[in-house]
Formats: sequence, structure tokens, C-alpha cells
Amino acid sequence: MRVKVISRSADDFTRERSNDLQRVSRNYDPNLRPQEKAVEYVRALNAAKLDKVFARPFIGAMDGHIDAISSMAKNPSHLKGIFSGSMDGDIRLWDIASRKTVCQYPGHQGAVRGLTVSTDGRILVSCGSDCTVRLWRIPLASGIESDDSSNKVCTHILCYLNYDLLFFRAVDHQWEGDLFATAGAQVDIWDHNRSQPVNSFEWGNDTVISVRFNPGEPNILATSGSDRSITIYDLRTSSPARKLIMRTKTNSIAWNPMEPMNFTAANENCNCYSFDARKLEEAKCVHKDHVSAVMDIDYSPTGREFVTGSYDRTVRIFQYNGGHSREIYHTKRMQRVFCVKFSCDASYVISGSDDTNLRLWKAKASEQLGVILPRERKKHEYMEAVKNRYKHLPEIKRILRYYWPPIYKHLIEVDVDIDIDDFDVDICRHRHLPKPIYKAGLLRRTMANAEKRKEERRRAHSAPGSMPRKSLRKNRIIQEIE
Amino acid sequence: MEIHDVSDELDIKVKKYQRGEGADLESLKDKKLKGQLANKEELFKKSANAAAKAEKWLMQTEGGRLEPEGIEKTWRFHQQSIAKEVDVASRKNQFDLVLPDLGPYTLDYTSSGRYMVSAGRKGHLSIIDLHTLKPIKDMQVRETVRDVVFLHNELFFAAAQKKYTYIYNRAGTELHCLKEHGAVLKLQFLRNHFLLSSINKIGQLHYQDITTGQMIGNYRCGLGHSDVLELNPYNSVLTSGHSGGTVSMWKPTSQAPLVKMLCHRGPVTAIAFHPNGHLMATAGMDKKLKIWDLRKNEVIQTLPGFAKSLDFSQKGMLATSTGSFVQVLATSDSQDYSRYMIHTMAKGYQINKILFRPYEDVLGIGHSNGLSSILIPGSGEPNFDSWVANPYETSKQRREKEVRVLLDKLPPEAIMLDPTQIGNLRNTRNKEKPTQQETEAEKAAAIAAAKNVTLKKKTKGRSKPSKVARKKQEGIEQAKRSFVEQHKDDGVLKKKQKRIMDASDLPVALLPFVSRKTT
Repeated sequence: MRVKVISRSADDFTRERSNDLQRVSRNYDPNLRPQEKAVEYVRALNAAKLDKVFARPFIGAMDGHIDAISSMAKNPSHLKGIFSGSMDGDIRLWDIASRKTVCQYPGHQGAVRGLTVSTDGRILVSCGSDCTVRLWRIPLASGIESDDSSNKVCTHILCYLNYDLLFFRAVDHQWEGDLFATAGAQVDIWDHNRSQPVNSFEWGNDTVISVRFNPGEPNILATSGSDRSITIYDLRTSSPARKLIMRTKTNSIAWNPMEPMNFTAANENCNCYSFDARKLEEAKCVHKDHVSAVMDIDYSPTGREFVTGSYDRTVRIFQYNGGHSREIYHTKRMQRVFCVKFSCDASYVISGSDDTNLRLWKAKASEQLGVILPRERKKHEYMEAVKNRYKHLPEIKRILRYYWPPIYKHLIEVDVDIDIDDFDVDICRHRHLPKPIYKAGLLRRTMANAEKRKEERRRAHSAPGSMPRKSLRKNRIIQEIE
Repeated sequence: MEIHDVSDELDIKVKKYQRGEGADLESLKDKKLKGQLANKEELFKKSANAAAKAEKWLMQTEGGRLEPEGIEKTWRFHQQSIAKEVDVASRKNQFDLVLPDLGPYTLDYTSSGRYMVSAGRKGHLSIIDLHTLKPIKDMQVRETVRDVVFLHNELFFAAAQKKYTYIYNRAGTELHCLKEHGAVLKLQFLRNHFLLSSINKIGQLHYQDITTGQMIGNYRCGLGHSDVLELNPYNSVLTSGHSGGTVSMWKPTSQAPLVKMLCHRGPVTAIAFHPNGHLMATAGMDKKLKIWDLRKNEVIQTLPGFAKSLDFSQKGMLATSTGSFVQVLATSDSQDYSRYMIHTMAKGYQINKILFRPYEDVLGIGHSNGLSSILIPGSGEPNFDSWVANPYETSKQRREKEVRVLLDKLPPEAIMLDPTQIGNLRNTRNKEKPTQQETEAEKAAAIAAAKNVTLKKKTKGRSKPSKVARKKQEGIEQAKRSFVEQHKDDGVLKKKQKRIMDASDLPVALLPFVSRKTT
């Protein structure tokens, strides 16, 4: 006979010296781990709960300006710096890591309305209500870090005065190239080396309030005007390309850096609209949740989400294709938000508001800051994966914000009057909100439902087909002009 | 040819890690979902392949085996002859502890198989470290002890004593007295859920959460006396065998048993579960040993003989004991269990409990004269996983593991017959409309029920035949009416649709009037 029994020597499974690592042996047999699905589910639930527990998005405020922040710009070649301009004409460069002013740029007589940085990160362009465009030299990154005791004061290298003495409302630099565009009574295209605009565009008599260059095609830019229009220009042709007129004004535009044909417009009617620039007759997605006008918008460099700042004193983060916000940031002291920026590494959000402060937020509210050890990172990745796997289950769905809780969905389907899209997500998720925003959300919902009900009745009492249903994505668009 | 063999072998290994069939993608209509699921399936396949390939490197310890040569039969080998062949370290696993005074003994192992707790009926409790074979604690409680069970690690164990159940720590200090359980006959501990469950003399099943002390469930079995309580490791469903021959399965969140099946014509004496959860073995006083397929709840094999105690090993061998005789059954390529090894204790010994030691080829025997341990080659899982159960665990690792396991503690609701159901969505297919025949049959049944209703006898002339007849007629009308109304609803809808169809033929100017009439 041949006999063999399991025989282990302790030496093979224990460490020799106390400073050795403990030996690990693995066996992936599913029979050794009964109920692994239940265990995974519990882990997913715990991970979702921990996410909420550790959600501390606010890092700090950057105090220094003595008037409301009106514009911001990030430096594409320097991660830590951010420029901010205020209503009193002060421009500052901040070091995000230390949250201190590094440089000041005095010179503007009135509010700074637009700030932008050239692609190489050398030159800062500002424009303001004193009808001037000023170009400033940015100190080198090494120079910024060497002295942190006292602020540097820089002077502008060039200053161009608008010949008609008209306000400038916005400025944006090309992603690649030497041109920048200012918006005001008209759209002007400038070169760094010329004192006069190279080109000017005009379509209608109304003021242009924002301008953004396309990240993919350097010659295309989009503007929005106070005549409720969004216009797309091509610098290679002498006339504007297309124009879209909406029911309400668009305050700001941001192109998606990863899908450069798409842009999102921050609208006065509390919503953001994502458009495909090739197909303007219908919005690709309507992003709702704000309760007051959306003032500014900026895309994350990943192109998967964007941040918006609103007159309702909140900052929200949306998925690029999500109808409702994934996150809402607010503090007691933060007033109306005029400008927001995503940091160049997609991990922070900076907001500038009426209360003269810049605020620094984490883009993922529960993310752990600092260096993460590989084991820790693996654990985070595992938790993320499990959460993703079980996100459709009611308990987990209730905690995570991306999805609809089924109970409410059920209620909505029963109530014929209320459309699922009009049901405010924050309200049914029992998420804490400042009282005014909560109330405003409720009010907006009531109004929207009343309007909907009225329209339904009107439709019921008019000839069939005479009042076609218009989808939400088309509803706010009046016309498109070629 | 050889390459072919290797790939076949790998296929068998991969199957083990695939955890069943993949999702049926063909029947899906949603293309996006189909794509996502196809990606997932691809990932699962890859990970199963990787695990199968890594086996060669990760699973270094060789399993045990017993191979006869020529006309030898495996069951003819005695423990003495095995002892001659195996190494010294393994020979240490064969031992007899003669404790004639306080028996018969029962025993339990920790999940890693390193520690054994044993209890003599007359009050002897001891914990032994099986690596060093030294007792950690030896004590006398001077009271009947009916059962003993380790909690989540070797630091705590629970003993069912004469009146109450007690929890002791390793040093023998009494930590808790669980009075609510009553006079407990059998104890079981649900490791993933931290539930201590017991069945007592009056047939009550208790579930107590040992982390919070909360009593999760307290149910009366109501099926007669029961001193058999086993845990299905696959889904944590508790199973009790009763004196009437029924076997019932329980979960802590429902009062009624999940399954109630008549297994034997006589009291059930022992139950055991295969670690993969598909097989159950039961033994009864009707001199039968039955092996059940739990997926269909059907007998797949019936063997003759009594069994006082049963246990499945990690590799699926089944040990049975009667009197002083132990038999181990094993499956070969076919499904049926057949004799593999036998062992006879000294005459007069009454075996109380047999239990395979995890991760070793060892069978522990508790009997009237002490404790024994014999070698059963090929019964245990040769490779342990440090993160599941580590026999060489240090105290620091044990502490860390305790925290980790507590974080993953499952809620009692997670216990169900099919644990793979968790995470699945319930099928929300709309109910199909009943056919006309069905509705008619239903209507007839409702009318018949209304006719046959017996009315209560009432006083003051309210039970006059005329009144009774009228009442019955009302009931019948009521039953009819409900069906008529249903039918009417359908009719109204159809009419409405028809009118709308007519309206579309009219000139636009007239349309408002038409719609007003219809609504």
C-alpha cells in the first residue's frame, strides 16, 4: 500500500526571524469561503456608509481680496497656482498648497471681468470694466516657491485700451497658439504682439458675456450673449458660424476637454445644458439641481464631470451625462458664487464668491488626502469595485447619490401629475441642505408641477395634435440660426 | 496527446473557480447591458483561469492518499499499519486520551483546526493545542455538560450545561451565563453572522448575537424532541432532526421552517452537511443512512446501518459511528459513497461524537472513555488560506482577523437557502392577463363559494329561511358583479379607443367638440 497524509512542518509556514514578514499561503477555493456574495454585499454597504461618514470636502478658504471675486484662471503649466481677480481691480496669484497670496498685480481701475493664461504659462491676460486689456508676466514656478514671506508685486507688461471705451466682459486664450479673444460689445481676437485686435466679430447688437476656445480645434470658439444666444465662431472664416437662441441667458460655457465637440452651457434658469456643437437643435443632456442662476462652469480635465457655481450660494459637481448633481458643496459663510474652477489634476475644486474669499474643496468629498500606501490604495480600489457591483441594491442605492431610490420611484409612478425628472433628488434623498435652498427646491418643484398640470389640461381641451409634447431637452431652445 | 491532457486538467480546475454558469446574454434585449455583462463575464473567466493556473505555485502542500496495491482493500488497513508508513509528525496525530471518569466526551475544533475543546458529560472542560499537544486549560464545572462549541476564535467557547449555557474564555473564566436559552441540548455557532444558536429540551430554537448580546430569534420547533442540530456551512441554515423522523431547516428571520421533510421512519439520530452545501447525510433509528441532494431535496443513496454521529470532511468523505465502530465512506468517480476505512475502538467504548479536523487528515473521536484521534488519509484540505483560517496564526494576526471579521459580520437576513440570490434583482415581469377560460373558471368558483357559504345562526328572526336565502343571493350577486366590472373596464377602454379613431377622420375645426364628448 501507499499512504500519504497531510504533513506540514511549522518552519515552512512561520517566519524564521522576528523581523521577517509573516508567511502567507493562499487557496482560492470557493468552498473555503461560504456566503462570499453576502460578505461582499456587507462590504459594499459599509464602504458606502463610510463614504458618507468621511465626506469632508471643505479644505480651506483663501482670504485676501477686499471685494467680491469676479474671475479666476488656472495656470496650465503650474499645478499649484491659481489667479483670481476681484471687483476692485485686484489680481492675485495664490499658492493652493499653502493657501497664501504669492503675487499681486495692481493696475486695473475697475472690476476685473476676465482672466486667462497663455498655453506656455508665461503670460496672464486680464480685462476689465476699465476698458483695458492687460498682459502680465507670470513669475517662474521656482521663483514663487523661494520666497513665501512677502508678496511680490508685479507690473503689467502691456496695456491696451479699448478704442470705443466699451466694457470687456470676458477673455479666453487659445489652447494652442498666440491668440486670445475678448468679449464685450463684440468679440475681438487679439495677438500678443499687436495693440489692436486682429479680428472682430459681431452678430446683433447685444453684449457678449462669455467666451471660450475649443480645446481640440484652436480656431473655434463659443460665446454667449445677453440676447440669450450661444454663438459658435470659426476664426478661419470672417463671419460667425452658428447661433442658437434659448429662452434664457447663458452665463458661461465650458467645452469638454476629452470630447471637444461637446460643450455645456450654464444657464440663467438654474439648469445646465450639454450640447453637441454639430447638432444644436437639441441639448444632449439637461443637468438640473441648482435653485438659482448658474454663474460659472468648468470641466474636469478628465472630461467625466464638471463643476458649477450658482447664485444660490452652492457649488455642485455633475457627471458629464448625469441629469442630477453628484455632490453639493455649501458653507454658512459662502455667498453667491461667481466663478469656479476644477484644478488641473482633477482632485480639487476652487470657488470664488461674493464674500471676497476663494474656497478650496475636494472633488471627491470622502477622498483621503496625502500619500496613500499601496495596500491602502488597493483596499480603496476594492471597496470602489464592490460598491459599483452592488450599487443597484436598494440599501446601497439609498446612500449613494447617483441613482434613484426605488421607493420614491414607485411613488412617482403612482402620482400621474409628477414627472420623474421634476422630482428633486435632494429632497427625496434626505440629504441635509441649507434651509433656503431646500425651500427653494420645494417651491421650484411645486411651480414646475403646476405648470405641467396646466399644460396637460390645456392639451386635454385643445385639438389633438395641436399642442405637441416637447421634450425637456428641446423645450428651452427657441431657434437655431446658421 | 499529452498537451490535450494538460488542457483538460486545467479545464476541470477552472470550473471550480467559475462559481457556476455565466449569465445568459442571448435572451437580453438591452444592448448596452449586454455589452457590459459580456465584459464582466470575460473578466470572471480571466480571473478563474488565473486562479487555476496559480494553483500550481500557490498550493504547495500535497494532499493525503491511501492507495491499495493488488488485492489489498483500503478498509483492511488498520491504524497501526498506517502509523508505520507515515512520518513522525503525522504519527503524533494518532492518540488516545483515556479519561474514564467524566465521559462520554464531545469535542469541537476551531476553524483552522489548531485547537480542540472537549467536554465530558460529567463536567470536564479542556482546551488542547493540537500542534504541541499541550492542554491550555483543564477544568471541572461539576455539572452536566451536554455540548461545547468554539466561538469565532480559540479565545472563547460556549458550553451547554445542566441549567444554562455559559461562555468561557480560554483561561476558564466564566464570561456570560445565557439564561434565556434554557436547558440546551445542542449548540452551534454561525461564524459569519456571530450567532450562537441552540436547541433546548422543550424544542426551542434560539439565535443570539454574541457581539451585541441581542436575542435575534426564539422559535418553537413544534416537531417533537430534538437533540440533533447541524449547520449547513454553505448557507448557514440550521437543520434540526426530530423524534418524529422529520428534518427541518431554519433561518433566524422566520418563524416557520424553510424546509420540513420527513426523512426517516423513526427518530433522526444524526445529520451532516457536505462543505459544498449540496449534500446532506441523515441517519435514523430506522437503521438507515440516507444521502440527500439538497438542490432537489431527493435521496440519492440509502445505506443500511445505524449512526450515532455523522460528519463530512473537507474533501467530502463521510464518517459514521455506532457503538465503538467508526466507518468512513468516500466517493470514487461515481456518485455513490462506499466503504473507505473502518476503525474499531476497544470493546465497550461508546462513541459520542466524531469530527474531522479541518486542514488535517485526522478524525477526532469523543467516546465514553476519553478522546481519540485517528488518521484518515485524503480527508482534509491540504492547503489553507491565511486570510480564511490559519493554523499558524500569531496573536497579532488573530487580533487583526477578529476586527476584519467583525467588519464583515453578516446580518441575520443574509441567511437563505440559496445564498447566491443576494445581489440579484427580483424578476419584475408583468403578470400576463388571464385568458377568458381562466376568468370564467374563476367566476364559477367564486359563485360556488358564495352559494356554499354557511351563515351564522342568529336570533330574533334574522335567520329566517327567507332572510338566509336573500343574503345568499346577495353574496352571489356580489361575486358576479366584481367580474362584470372588470369586464366593463376593458370594454370602456376599447370604446374610447374606437371613438378617438373616429375623431381622427373629422376636420380639425370640429375636433374639440368630439374630444369633449368622449371625456
